[in-house]
Amino acid sequence: MKIKLFYFAKVREILGIDREEIDVEDDIKTLAELVAFLKMRGSKWQSIFEAPSSYRMAVNQELVEANHRINTNDEVAFFPPITGG
Amino acid sequence: MMSVHVQENLFDLQSITQQLKKLHNSGASVTFEGYVRDFDTGQERLDLLELEHYPGMTEKALSSIESLAKHRWHLDDIYIVHRYGKLKIGEPIVGVIVFAKHRKEAFEACHFIIDFLKTDAPFWKKEITNQQSYWVDAKKIDDEEKSKWK
Repeated sequence: MKIKLFYFAKVREILGIDREEIDVEDDIKTLAELVAFLKMRGSKWQSIFEAPSSYRMAVNQELVEANHRINTNDEVAFFPPITGG
Repeated sequence: MMSVHVQENLFDLQSITQQLKKLHNSGASVTFEGYVRDFDTGQERLDLLELEHYPGMTEKALSSIESLAKHRWHLDDIYIVHRYGKLKIGEPIVGVIVFAKHRKEAFEACHFIIDFLKTDAPFWKKEITNQQSYWVDAKKIDDEEKSKWK
């Protein structure tokens, strides 16, 4: 299953990339499972996803929670809590 | 009539209000304008505020906030403008204008829109001083203010 990943603000700076396309196993069905998969990439990833309050997620440009189901070709974004306005 | 504007350039909320006023037979308008403070979280005076956003999602999020407000109150028009990029101290960051027949819905809808914008529109602030730069932390009060509307 192909997924597009986007990173913003502090998350983007920690990872050193702003986007990537990955191919994950079909048994990854929810965002929570995708996060668990990404955490296995190493310490940078673990630091980003350490506390649920320190990051937010969007799928196809809408804010969603960890139980949101993901599908092939989805645009998934990870970023810090919003500080606009 | 509703519109959202996400831009690097400065905006002039007073002249926009005057232009929109000609299009409607409104009894009231309420305007909110937010500016760059000279220092926020840090001790040092800021040189710049840099705003990052999520192109595409930002416009969608602002439009959906406008729709929520329009379904909740009888409004003649809503105008939302938000800047990104490098901003100087004292410059406007965000503007919200609401036109309605009466003051109550105009006041309430404007307040609602800025509260939702604070938590749902994907913008991130980075403060830049002559010494360093750091990302601004989200404030818990912003979530609390939004939850009051439910």
